[in-house]
Amino acid sequence: MNIFAKLYYRLRKAAKAVQLYLVIAGPGIVVMVADNDAGGITTYAATGAKYGYNLIWFLLLLIPVAYYVQEMTVRLGAVTKRGHAEAIFTGFGAFWGWFSLIDLLILDWLTLVTEFIGMTSALEIFGIPAWLTFVAVVLLLGTIVLNGRYWTWEKIALLFCALNLVYIPGAFMVHPSLDDIVHQGLLPNFPGGFDGQLFFFLMANIGTTIAPWMLFFQQSAVVDKGLLEKDIPWGKFDTWLGSVLTVVVAVFIVVVTGTVLRGVDIDNAAQASAQLQETHHWVGTFMAIGLFDAGLLGAICISLASSWAFGEIFGWAHSLNTNIKEAPWFYACYFLTLASAGAVVLIPGAPLVLITLFVQVIAVTLLPAALVFLILLLNDSENMGDYANTPLQNAIGGTIVLVIIALSTLYGISVLFPSLFG
Amino acid sequence: MFRSVSRLVRKFRAINAHYNTPRIGMSPAVRASLMVLRGYLLFLVALMLYKFVSLLG
Repeated sequence: MNIFAKLYYRLRKAAKAVQLYLVIAGPGIVVMVADNDAGGITTYAATGAKYGYNLIWFLLLLIPVAYYVQEMTVRLGAVTKRGHAEAIFTGFGAFWGWFSLIDLLILDWLTLVTEFIGMTSALEIFGIPAWLTFVAVVLLLGTIVLNGRYWTWEKIALLFCALNLVYIPGAFMVHPSLDDIVHQGLLPNFPGGFDGQLFFFLMANIGTTIAPWMLFFQQSAVVDKGLLEKDIPWGKFDTWLGSVLTVVVAVFIVVVTGTVLRGVDIDNAAQASAQLQETHHWVGTFMAIGLFDAGLLGAICISLASSWAFGEIFGWAHSLNTNIKEAPWFYACYFLTLASAGAVVLIPGAPLVLITLFVQVIAVTLLPAALVFLILLLNDSENMGDYANTPLQNAIGGTIVLVIIALSTLYGISVLFPSLFG
Repeated sequence: MFRSVSRLVRKFRAINAHYNTPRIGMSPAVRASLMVLRGYLLFLVALMLYKFVSLLG
């Protein structure tokens, strides 16, 4: 009887823990899965086609990288109750604040362009013209944010996150060799040796996993959701789960294109979907649906990251819990960012594929500046108290910054001296 | 139009004044390092833009 009582008690405790997590879950999963945006899907598809399974180990390394970077924003948001833009302005003054805000504005806008590129090219596979996708997406996203509740917005975003898992059955349907995945993918190797293209792909893969907008987005989402210091452990768990999910999806995409399209020059995920449809109809269809979903999820989050940041600094009402009358500038900023970025894909002859790949690389190049401020803010023990960074967390954050700077430098050198790396 | 612009300028000035004093003190060396890092990253971005334009050509 005693055993049953204990078992019942433990089950109740576990059920309560799950219930509590479901209340707090959101910012971590949404930001991490949204990071598998249209540009991300394109990068993973191109990585698999170019290097097969050989860079899977590198993607797996990005799980802790993404976690350690993003969990800092959870602590910072929950303790200071300030969004990231406001935290930088308050911490370092207006000069550095404007720098960060302008970085964010430019990168967000460019990334949003890539989301529209992904969404329009995905739906073109099904015969839907780009202008129709543009109009439908702006209307849909407008309806989602104008419902006036953070909670509703977040649950809709989580639904789109679930759709991102569509790549997993796709990978099983192409019957990859598990033996090849383990032997080629899990042992660290640099396929083809060091050259500018490998640096480019490594950087693009980092850029799809951690990006400046994510820091601003997750911290603002933590504040908008109202997470408190006591919720930090669950916020961290949420971030960890999101980090694992995002990389798992990335690995499955690499497995799909690495199995079916190995050696094929892939410029974008839509092209990969169309080529996959020729041999594996449903896998190609899943890829196209996933690409549209990824672009939509990315657009939902990135446009909000800018609006939150501007609202914090300009003193506008800036919460999804407010309606359009209460926060007109917040929503105006949201729609202006969305519509102007979307309009770019309608320009005839725009180099959309090249834009997509370069935006990832530029985003990761500017990332160290944002990370340095984040680490400095987390070392403000007067403000952060017990939640300030430990020496280990500083060492991890510092290493991530140094590795990104080193990779960016190597890529820069390969641009200046293309023959240096062979 | 002129009134809107002057209102915007006033807003920027108010933001600059509000965040005039940073909460976290930075030594001149840290400030200089941050400036160097920022300049270096912008140089790398410029290189990437050069690559982008050359690929377009």
